[in-house]
Amino acid sequence: MKHEVIEKNSILLLVLTLLVVSIGGLVQIAPLFWVDSTIEKVKGMRPYSPLELAGRDIYVREGCYTCHSQMIRTLRDEVERYGHYSLAAESMYDRPFQWGSKRTGPDLARVGGKYSDQWQVEHLINPRAVVPESIMPGYPWLAKTPLDVNTIASKLKTQQTLGVPYSDEMIQKAKDDLVAQTKPDTKEAKAVLARYPKAKVANFDGDDRSVTELDAMVAYLQMLGTLVDFASFDASGPNLR
Amino acid sequence: MTNAQIERNTLSDGLATLGAVIAAIVGVAIGLNSPDAAMSFHGFVFAASAIVAGLYVMLWADKSAPQPTPGTDIAYLDGPIRFATLASIFWGIAGFLVGDIIAWQLAFPVLNLDMPWTSFGRLRPLHTSAVIFAFGGNVLLATSLYVVQRTSHARLPGRWSPWFIVYGYNVFILIAGTGYLLGVTQSKEYAEPEWYADLWLTIVWVVYLLVFLGTLMKRRESHIYVANWFYLAFIVTIAMLHIVNNLALPISIWEPKSYIIYAGVQDAMTQWWYGHNAVGFFLTAGFLGIMYYFIPKRVERPVYSYRLSIVHFWTLIFLYIWAGPHHLHYTALPDWAQTLGMTFSIILWMPSWGGMINGLMTLSGAWDKLRTDPVVRLLVVSVAFYGMSTFEGPLMSIKAVNSLSHYTDWTIGHVHSGALGWVAMVSFGAIYCLVPWLWNRRALYSIKLVEWHFWVSTIGIVLYITAMWVSGIMQGLMWRAYDRLGILSYSFVETVEAMHPYYIIRAVGGLLFVIGSLIMAYNVWRTIRGDEPVDAKDQPRVAAAPGLRLQPAE
Repeated sequence: MKHEVIEKNSILLLVLTLLVVSIGGLVQIAPLFWVDSTIEKVKGMRPYSPLELAGRDIYVREGCYTCHSQMIRTLRDEVERYGHYSLAAESMYDRPFQWGSKRTGPDLARVGGKYSDQWQVEHLINPRAVVPESIMPGYPWLAKTPLDVNTIASKLKTQQTLGVPYSDEMIQKAKDDLVAQTKPDTKEAKAVLARYPKAKVANFDGDDRSVTELDAMVAYLQMLGTLVDFASFDASGPNLR
Repeated sequence: MTNAQIERNTLSDGLATLGAVIAAIVGVAIGLNSPDAAMSFHGFVFAASAIVAGLYVMLWADKSAPQPTPGTDIAYLDGPIRFATLASIFWGIAGFLVGDIIAWQLAFPVLNLDMPWTSFGRLRPLHTSAVIFAFGGNVLLATSLYVVQRTSHARLPGRWSPWFIVYGYNVFILIAGTGYLLGVTQSKEYAEPEWYADLWLTIVWVVYLLVFLGTLMKRRESHIYVANWFYLAFIVTIAMLHIVNNLALPISIWEPKSYIIYAGVQDAMTQWWYGHNAVGFFLTAGFLGIMYYFIPKRVERPVYSYRLSIVHFWTLIFLYIWAGPHHLHYTALPDWAQTLGMTFSIILWMPSWGGMINGLMTLSGAWDKLRTDPVVRLLVVSVAFYGMSTFEGPLMSIKAVNSLSHYTDWTIGHVHSGALGWVAMVSFGAIYCLVPWLWNRRALYSIKLVEWHFWVSTIGIVLYITAMWVSGIMQGLMWRAYDRLGILSYSFVETVEAMHPYYIIRAVGGLLFVIGSLIMAYNVWRTIRGDEPVDAKDQPRVAAAPGLRLQPAE
């Protein structure tokens, strides 16, 4: 066929163009949804607790992904610096994913438990108070802003619609669980742990008058990378891709 | 005007007004009902924009019958193009300025001011969207609507739809940009706007596709000119990418927050399929359309090779789509996808350079213009930068290289050699061509100022990309450096400290680039105002609007 034919017919040009640009995406994206080995079968992954999810949404809102990755690559220096390389399963409940594209600051995929809550609080309020060379912005307003708790149930509900395994009970108790995760040693906190194993219950920002955005943010940071137990994870087992 | 025409126009005006009223009602409803302050603000912004548009249609617009454009026998619709040209200059300066501010923030973090609206994490998406979509997008709207009319010898179809495209697009920019400052973002890079802004953009974009296609269908030339192939591919592919990558479910129709339908690894692949092809189709295919029209026009030579254009077009659009996974090397994305992404990225080098050769060789027999006409120099140097960054890109997509370059400033440097060197320079060249043509002027106010703009920007770019090469490669090497005991040599924060001088050099480079754009704005303003050009004799005859051109000497 002469190219002239295409050049003289705008609809043909449009259709052929659309056909040609569709192929690559179809081949690369579609199999990820049905090839089973794409996401490893691991123990320990669970949906975010309401407080963690609220913290994650603040992480997204403040654009933390513009400087921090959450993806430890399969490279020796990264594994030694940050810990076990990241598994696809570890971001299976991440909407959207937060792998990032730039490390102006360090990777955060396994920052959970690496520092104390108090360090995280001071660092977020004024990074240079604890790391003098840091170039991270301060986030002092997080400590002063009460967390919006009215939308949390609808957030869980929306994720449930999209396929995240939140139970109806989790949605119903979302608001209570959110507050309870900041009240250690209470009956309500035990219920949070039953629904969200390994969640950290603490008065994160050290201020027990109200639940702030800082509470949520620290709760989120402290759980990053802590769900899968790598002592029992066998990379050469059936999980190997 | 005949009675039938008058009736049709009245009907169009009525429909446009009705559309504005509906939009205003939707906006007010959002403004009143949303419990979220940012979304409520956006509702009122949207309503106000619709009211202004409605008033314009009813009261302020010039309703006289369109007259043939001077120097032609067709009444081209150039009003929306003038609007988009001015918008591109405005957003360009804003976007470059925000970019330079955040560059200084990285050198001196105190400049974040400890406030949410001025913090790096919110300003960075503002910068990227302002330069790519606001500056670049308006340049693409202006040039594509200009080129498709001229090369088709046809007026844009519709009385208000072309206006709707440029106006609606800039309303989208306004909502997206203020949203970032207020913390409304879905955090997908270059696709940060939330669901309601995305929906609005989809409507605008579909109208854009229809108007562009409608012009092609009305054309009085038998062939569709090559620039239009690239513009069409850009428009239709961006529609596909935008819709697929942004499929999300809002938590309520009155809340800005939504969750994307993909999770984790699938979301990552979809996002970088989108992200890399925002580069491939927005920042490359669209701007190649500019190259294929403005370089031949300005140097008055035909495109070097027709056959090469055909090969360039089909291979480029086929291969680009596959390149996304090179953003995800050594991650949890399956290896087969990474390898495919790398392979196609390397092959992509060939069509990219084929296109570069086609652009550069168009100067055959007119190379002297590179010395005498700084507008040609902007256009041609941009193509040279295109060649450089499309060599660097495939290089960085090789897994071994990527293990060093990824997550470092090398990527930032690479992006900017493409964005500043290619996209912005070719845009400046096109704007300098368009302004006298659109406002019917004899020449630019000053070609000497174009010369200044060229050199100030070029020096800025060189400072920028060399600083980022050094800091990026240095940081990559420091991250993986081991001492003789086999222990990592540097803590992360030591590598941050080492970046400081390069961040200052980069910010200075960026400042030069901002200054260059201010020089352009001054020059354009004086040209539009109709001031007597100071050096018209130094400008080529094609600098003048078509109706004011001298015939070439025998």
